[in-house]
Amino acid sequence: MRTLFSFLAGLIFSIGLVIADMTNPAKIANFLDIAGSWDPSLIFVMGGASVVAFFGFRIVQTRQQPLFGERFVLPDATRIDGRLIGGSVLFGVGWGLSGFCPGPAIAGLVWGRWETVLFVATMVAGMIAADWILGQQADTGRGQQQAAE
Amino acid sequence: MLETEFTPLSALAGGLIIGLAAVLLLLANGRLAGISTILKSLISLQSRSPRGERGAFLAGLVAGPLAIAATVGLPEQVLIAGPVTLALAGVLVGVGTVTGSGCTSGHGVCGIARLSPRSLIATLVFVGVAGLTVLVTRHLVGGV
Repeated sequence: MRTLFSFLAGLIFSIGLVIADMTNPAKIANFLDIAGSWDPSLIFVMGGASVVAFFGFRIVQTRQQPLFGERFVLPDATRIDGRLIGGSVLFGVGWGLSGFCPGPAIAGLVWGRWETVLFVATMVAGMIAADWILGQQADTGRGQQQAAE
Repeated sequence: MLETEFTPLSALAGGLIIGLAAVLLLLANGRLAGISTILKSLISLQSRSPRGERGAFLAGLVAGPLAIAATVGLPEQVLIAGPVTLALAGVLVGVGTVTGSGCTSGHGVCGIARLSPRSLIATLVFVGVAGLTVLVTRHLVGGV
């Protein structure tokens, strides 16, 4: 059941992306291009999605647990640190250069362009590398902490 | 310049649908629809959590446009950069979203909906930096 609903959520999500034309990098670039051919559509996408999620999440979380699971798994990090900012800066440069963020890039594979496949491949490689390096650092950090104790 | 038309109604409709998808995932599975984190957990060399659900979500992401292609047809997709730029941008998006723990869906939609200060800051940073990047590439160095 969880797998089915996960699939359905992804399906509905990407239908929303296509209807909003977020799978079109030119649309994203024009949103970002305030000094040129500005197209503010993305504000309506993010605004609409956030408002629905704001109310929807609150209603859902009046439940003790999700329909098909024991608990809600939500991030509890609150620190605004260099890692959050630095990562968001790198992501912003990549997003601005390509007009692709992860969701629209994956959905965008359906258009069948090899350039999009290339983007997704290097994105996956970047994720694996960053995840591995951050994991190593975390392990080293834990090791040092244990040594100190 | 690759102009696009301002489409507030379809943008809002698409946004509402994206929001509903995020609510459905939380209601059914108790998870947030942060796409970079879902993808990272799927491919991580160190994650030992079950991958089926994440794979199913990503399969759904591809199934949506496939369904649209099979029925009403896909809208136009205009790429804004060549392969070298796209390859570099892919690395930046991959490294950046994993380091910053989220992307447009996780921070920009789910995080803001949860009124997370972390997500709000992250969103302002990546939107601002992306805007500056477009300013530089389109207006200062003469377009990609």
